[in-house]
Amino acid sequence: MRSAAISSPFARLRNPSVLPGFGLTLGFTLFYLSAIVLIPLTALLLKPWTLGWSGFIAAITEPRVLAALKLSFGGAAIAAVVNAVFGLIVAWTLVRYRFPGKRLVDALVDLPFALPTAVAGIALSALYASNGWLGGPLSLLNIKIAFTPIGVIFALIFIGLPFVVRTLQPVIADMSAEAEEAAATLGATRFQTLRRVVLPALAPALVTGTGLAFARAVGEYGSVIFIAGNLPMKSEIAPLLIIIKLQQYDYEGAAAIGLVMLAASFVIILALNLFQSLLAARR
Amino acid sequence: MKKIHALIAAIVLAASSAQAADVTLLNVSYDPTRELYKNVNAAFAAEWKAKTGDNVTINQSHNGSGSQARAVIDGLDADVVTLALAYDIDAIAQKAQLLPANWQKRLPDNSTPYTSTIVFLVRKGNPWKIKDWPDLVKPGIHVITPNPKTSGGARWAYLAAWAYAEKKPGGSKEAAQKFVHEIYAHVPVLDTGARGATTNFAQRGIGDVLLSWENEARLAVQEEPGKFDIVYPSNSILAEPPVSIVDKNVDRHRTRKVAEAYLQFLYSKKGQEIEAHNFYRPRDPAILAAHAKDFPKITLYTIDDVFGGWTKAQATHFADGGVFDQIYKPSK
Repeated sequence: MRSAAISSPFARLRNPSVLPGFGLTLGFTLFYLSAIVLIPLTALLLKPWTLGWSGFIAAITEPRVLAALKLSFGGAAIAAVVNAVFGLIVAWTLVRYRFPGKRLVDALVDLPFALPTAVAGIALSALYASNGWLGGPLSLLNIKIAFTPIGVIFALIFIGLPFVVRTLQPVIADMSAEAEEAAATLGATRFQTLRRVVLPALAPALVTGTGLAFARAVGEYGSVIFIAGNLPMKSEIAPLLIIIKLQQYDYEGAAAIGLVMLAASFVIILALNLFQSLLAARR
Repeated sequence: MKKIHALIAAIVLAASSAQAADVTLLNVSYDPTRELYKNVNAAFAAEWKAKTGDNVTINQSHNGSGSQARAVIDGLDADVVTLALAYDIDAIAQKAQLLPANWQKRLPDNSTPYTSTIVFLVRKGNPWKIKDWPDLVKPGIHVITPNPKTSGGARWAYLAAWAYAEKKPGGSKEAAQKFVHEIYAHVPVLDTGARGATTNFAQRGIGDVLLSWENEARLAVQEEPGKFDIVYPSNSILAEPPVSIVDKNVDRHRTRKVAEAYLQFLYSKKGQEIEAHNFYRPRDPAILAAHAKDFPKITLYTIDDVFGGWTKAQATHFADGGVFDQIYKPSK
């Protein structure tokens, strides 16, 4: 009996750890993930097929739907890249330097997490509208931000920032300055140190943080809706189009867009995860 | 034995009188009626208390008319619905069968105790000299109106513009389509609801003219005097926001009697007076006459005359691939 148990394929699953409670916690994890994540998603997966395959394709290849998806994914990608660059600088500054008011600045980073997204959206649109504090001077230069696709990107940058900063901070804190000092004593320039020592160490966390910011931005509704302008083909985001479809009782069409967004986000996040573990393995 | 019977009777009586003493109604309404129903509810509660001795509390829920209808279909427990257009209540009747299809015949005047219309709200002094519909498409003018797909008021505004262009001398359906197309080319922001559009126009300073519910326009002028003027175009549409009880819900809540009385109250002298005070046009001719200076007389087309009713208008203009969608089709 005993030898049979060991040779069974589950034996490896059963004894990976000296810690007790594996079966219980795994069971709980699977149950929890199913109830919270998988069951609602299954409903979404099943809904659009009442349209049939051709109806589904027709629903998602409408020019207006494609334009909205392009804006949501494109805007989220641009915002994520911007956040990657500036989030890295912010995280670096907050960990490596001491300055008066540092705690306050650190707390400010979390604001986009805590603020209701609708409040953020209204604040941003008030700020960037042509009679707002920033929008006013900018409109004199003929730059329009609110109610254009640029406004969408601004809102997405705002909500994505904490993801990058908060993922990077602990990693930067763990990184000892000795490696950089060693590089310097070996004659590396500052740029070489940054490129060869610092960035490779931070890359996995940076990819994760950027991925999170991207994923959040793709589905963002509340903060974008007030600043977007919402013109079909121009400044209409995919989540708004889902709401509009629902308003017309077109549940299948709405689910079809939702499914495409889900699939695309899943593929992108999976790819980022693979890339991240690749980076981590190389180190 | 008798004692027990008496006891049971007493308990039942106590229970039923306790139950009847406090009634709650949920009125699911559209965006700009917040102020109106706040006043109506207080007046009705007082009258109901005087008449029956019961306390009635009326809860209000407001949002875009279309999303409110969808919420009721999806299970929001409305006792009465007071929405921006008949099509939205039709949808509740069709999709959820919560009320009979002929609901609109049950109360006077197509179940619309008050009417409204679409007017222009412009900045003080009317710098662009906007007087009538054709002025909206002058070069450089920005028009603010919400998305007709999500906003009831925006649907009325769209239809008002269409009715003008079709009914003017030499007008036609083709001319109307072209005119409506041109108007939306002047729209820089398409909000999802009437309140959002009003906020963009009034607070953010976007646009030169807002196509607005008459009562929203009056409210904006009242709240910020000296900032806006109202322009009445030569003609507009007779907007009829209908009301109905939701039969299945009131029967389950046992609130049919009070819900019906609540809707009847909207037609009463007192109710009509409150509606007029909140800038809705009352149906009662005497009360309308008393407030004549508040409601300038302009030609108002009805949706039945120009568009053959809501179901047809919805299918032709606002359904997916309909006339409105054509406006935003990328030019090939």
